[in-house]
Amino acid sequence: MKCGVVVFPGSNCDHDVYHVLKHTLGQEVLFLWHGDTSVQGCELVVLPGGFSYGDYLRAGAMAVHSPIMAAVRELADNGGRVLGICNGFQILLEAGMLSGAMRRNQSLRFECRDLFLKVERHDLPFTSGYRSGQVLRMPIAHAEGCYIDTGGALDELERNRRVVFRYVDPEGGEASGENATKWNVNGSARAIAGVCNDAGNVLGMMPHPERCADQLFGNDDGLAVLASAVGMAADPKGAVA
Amino acid sequence: MTVRARVTVYPRREILDAQGKAIAGALGRLGFDRVLDVRAGKSFEIVLSDNGGSVEEELGQISEQLLANTLIEDYSVELLESESA
Amino acid sequence: MSADQGNAASGSATYNEPVVDFELAKGMGLAEDEYGRICDILGRVPTYTELGITSALWSEHCSYKSSKVYLREFPTEGERVLQGPGENAGVVDIGNGWVAVFKMESHNHPSFIEPYQGAATGVGGILRDIFTMGARPVACLDALRFGDIDAPRMRYLIDGVVRGIGDYGNCVGIPTVGGETSFHSGYNENILVNAFALGLARHDGIFHARASGAGNPMLYAGSATGRDGIHGATMASESFDAESESKRPTVQVGDPFTEKIVLEACLEVMRTDAAVAVQDMGAAGLTSSAFEMADRGGVGFRLDLDQVPLRQPNISPYEIMLSESQERMLLVAHRGRQEEVVKIFERWGLEVAEIGEITGDGRAQIFAGGEEVANMPISPLATNAPMYRRPVAEPSDLAARQAPPEVPEPDDLGATLASLLDTPELGCKSWIWHQYDHTVRTNTVIGPGGDAAVLALKGTPGGLGLTSDVNPVYCSLDPATGGAQAVAEAVRNLACVGAEPVGLTDCLNFGNPENPEVSWQFREAVRGISAGCRALDVPVISGNVSFYNETEGRSIPPTPTIAMVGVIADVMNLPVAHFTTVGDRVLVLGRDASEFGGSAYLRLLHGVEQGAPPRVDLEAESRLAGLLRSLVSEGLVHTAHDLAEGGLGVALAEACFGGGLGVELEINDQPHQLFSETQARAIVAVAPDFVEQVMAKAEKLGVPVVEVGSVGGSSMKLRCDGAAMDSKVEDLHRIWSTALPRALGM
Repeated sequence: MKCGVVVFPGSNCDHDVYHVLKHTLGQEVLFLWHGDTSVQGCELVVLPGGFSYGDYLRAGAMAVHSPIMAAVRELADNGGRVLGICNGFQILLEAGMLSGAMRRNQSLRFECRDLFLKVERHDLPFTSGYRSGQVLRMPIAHAEGCYIDTGGALDELERNRRVVFRYVDPEGGEASGENATKWNVNGSARAIAGVCNDAGNVLGMMPHPERCADQLFGNDDGLAVLASAVGMAADPKGAVA
Repeated sequence: MTVRARVTVYPRREILDAQGKAIAGALGRLGFDRVLDVRAGKSFEIVLSDNGGSVEEELGQISEQLLANTLIEDYSVELLESESA
Repeated sequence: MSADQGNAASGSATYNEPVVDFELAKGMGLAEDEYGRICDILGRVPTYTELGITSALWSEHCSYKSSKVYLREFPTEGERVLQGPGENAGVVDIGNGWVAVFKMESHNHPSFIEPYQGAATGVGGILRDIFTMGARPVACLDALRFGDIDAPRMRYLIDGVVRGIGDYGNCVGIPTVGGETSFHSGYNENILVNAFALGLARHDGIFHARASGAGNPMLYAGSATGRDGIHGATMASESFDAESESKRPTVQVGDPFTEKIVLEACLEVMRTDAAVAVQDMGAAGLTSSAFEMADRGGVGFRLDLDQVPLRQPNISPYEIMLSESQERMLLVAHRGRQEEVVKIFERWGLEVAEIGEITGDGRAQIFAGGEEVANMPISPLATNAPMYRRPVAEPSDLAARQAPPEVPEPDDLGATLASLLDTPELGCKSWIWHQYDHTVRTNTVIGPGGDAAVLALKGTPGGLGLTSDVNPVYCSLDPATGGAQAVAEAVRNLACVGAEPVGLTDCLNFGNPENPEVSWQFREAVRGISAGCRALDVPVISGNVSFYNETEGRSIPPTPTIAMVGVIADVMNLPVAHFTTVGDRVLVLGRDASEFGGSAYLRLLHGVEQGAPPRVDLEAESRLAGLLRSLVSEGLVHTAHDLAEGGLGVALAEACFGGGLGVELEINDQPHQLFSETQARAIVAVAPDFVEQVMAKAEKLGVPVVEVGSVGGSSMKLRCDGAAMDSKVEDLHRIWSTALPRALGM
């Protein structure tokens, strides 16, 4: 599948995603410059992590106005796949392509650590390589990852099954009560770690699947997100055929 | 009686304001050509009980001790209104 | 003195500059003979701008005038060394066509004044040192020394420094993969922030900051120039008035976003061949970057300061030359190809200005407002820089401090170990490194918290080991032993992950060198480091000296931080620093000699900092490191962890924590020996089938080895001569993992 990774000024996970798509999954990948106006025929576009425009003002607020974003929106409207990771998720929220907003982590600090996610939807183009309810270990690295919305909007999000990943404890138990500060460290509403749009072709997630896509790092739980997205996840254990 | 006040904190003039610079650049790219400069600061609305002491003086101390880092930031204090409880 | 032709800088009439005389020079930190020397070199009295330039170039920070005589002792050459000290950073060959570029630098004084910005700009500066060499930065380490947590401002300083490092490195996207943090009252008034960065480049991609080619344009790129960090000493010699308030030297403020795009733009420019030389404007800003670049290439330059992008109007030539505004680069382009360079910077949204050109006459000619404000010969300024062999004196109380201390037996082994683990010093540092992105760039095989960090080199089976070490208490009791120990411990840490050292960089933090006792400490520490380097075959490829870490006559403990890099042939299946497998046998390598001088046991539990530090036997260290590397490369060990502060007891506890596994051990020692800090020791955990092989190897290489027990259960059970402990790993872990945040009140 032809894949594009958008480079905004300040993107810093662009090469990491590129590496997995190109070298681990053997896909055709190109970098898309923020100033470009076309996605050049890519079927999957990844908005990578980083600090676009320094995260000044609000994370993602300035990147939304880049020329490339009109083309990304058009791709999504036409059913193409758009994956926003970390800063990419923040950009999709600021762009209104996904619902909700991000606040600073409840600790008010940058948090870089492994957390656990439950797969709430395994029927999406990004998650077909997982079992329903599968628990994944995945690193987060962000300062503004506390997902919020109004109560009504959150209810609707749940009703429409747009919650894709939720923070849980290592055994898959709810990250609530005493468990919350430990396993939902950013304090996200309803422990939400990733959401999609109604059509399911746009996914935003705070954890970094590209950072756990190789057994060299002792964890390849994230590989199936990218493998699924390029149509390579036949085996629902997360392994790549 | 209560007093409502606003404290505004800005990076000092001679200090690099990285955020303001980035925002000014973004506004330029959006076509707001008349924007020459942006300074990004913080604003705090503070309600104090008015028990007779100097509110301005106290807000000055509040600003110096916590709200502003006077090595790199300036602040200003503005009294908004007084209300009886 | 005679005025020779073409040497007629007149100074600026526009900026109302003070009259230049020795008093003014003294205010800028120049000694009387140094002032005389600049007058001789110029053949006249310098202009105000020239005086500022001279004082900056001849400052301790830029000239190394008090340390140079000793630094020459360091071994700096080796088969793999492509660039030793003297450039922005050192370069070593790491195989497969790749080179590693690395350096460590201090940002101590700025971090004490404004911890967040001070630490942030420290990271920014060291990253620029790396990418100006053509290398892409891929990892940072930070060695931090704080005072007692309860000392005035200390919580604020710790929080600010950690946030500053995190926000800057995280935003630029360079993982902070390790480092060290320690606490000692000797840093109450002078904290230390030592930042290390490492970059990678292809063998033929290395770029030197050596200007050449008369007529080539000089380009300025990055942030505009403000009054940030202008030499504070000069202000003391000016009377204060309403205007000078706004001229007060201001704190340098970092902009990591600009750094990130400057980094990308510079690496892109260097791939084009359109640039001749690139240098960042670090300490002493435009002055040091322009003079160093020209001096290395044996050329001159002409600068027009009116072309320098300014953040505010009316900055004087003196201020422009000395500003330390961040995220600025100076480039020399090939004449006719500067447009290519300009286009790249503009594509990244950065300001570029042509501010001068290279000349063939070896002189620095600087113009502002149409006037010549400086006209100085470059090479004589560099070659005639002052150099001092300062008087040295052994501290008068040294013998008393080295007297053998009394070592009380612990009442209760379990409780004693728990109290050691309950200190910020030996407690877990994850509160700090959870705030640093340590996994971005997806190379981090082993991150913070182990003996050494390990980075994979994509596209090759191999990788790099990185560590930073020093024990300031040892250094304070015996700087030569402490210096050698720092090198030995770094080698040992690398060996635990199978890394063969290829080079080190140092950050030598000391008090005031004009104090003979401090000079003695410096001389001794350098002697110890040199001995360590020679015996263990590790060249010094770059480094930095930070003097004047003192407040009201109180100096910091001598702190020569060593950061070392090693190569690993294959990063798959490396051992880790914790126990991983139930049933593994635990072996102790090296033999205890019951050494407690400067130990954590005496210092943290009994308040005693006395005695000679543990002896450093470099031959034994070399044998141990060789053994560990061979055990790792042959895949014989699951766990390898070196013994350091807190001795065997603390090392065993740490090894239990990582995987939550217990141990059951029997040790033929006195109870207190569990906390002895004898060097050249490590623990390994080995599958039962391999024990015989490991023992045989150790004996063959002359490393004492003893099997002490096995991994399993959920408790740390230990018996020694006349005492025993049985503590739940979970309980010890809770104490250890919360010690630092509890002490900080976070």
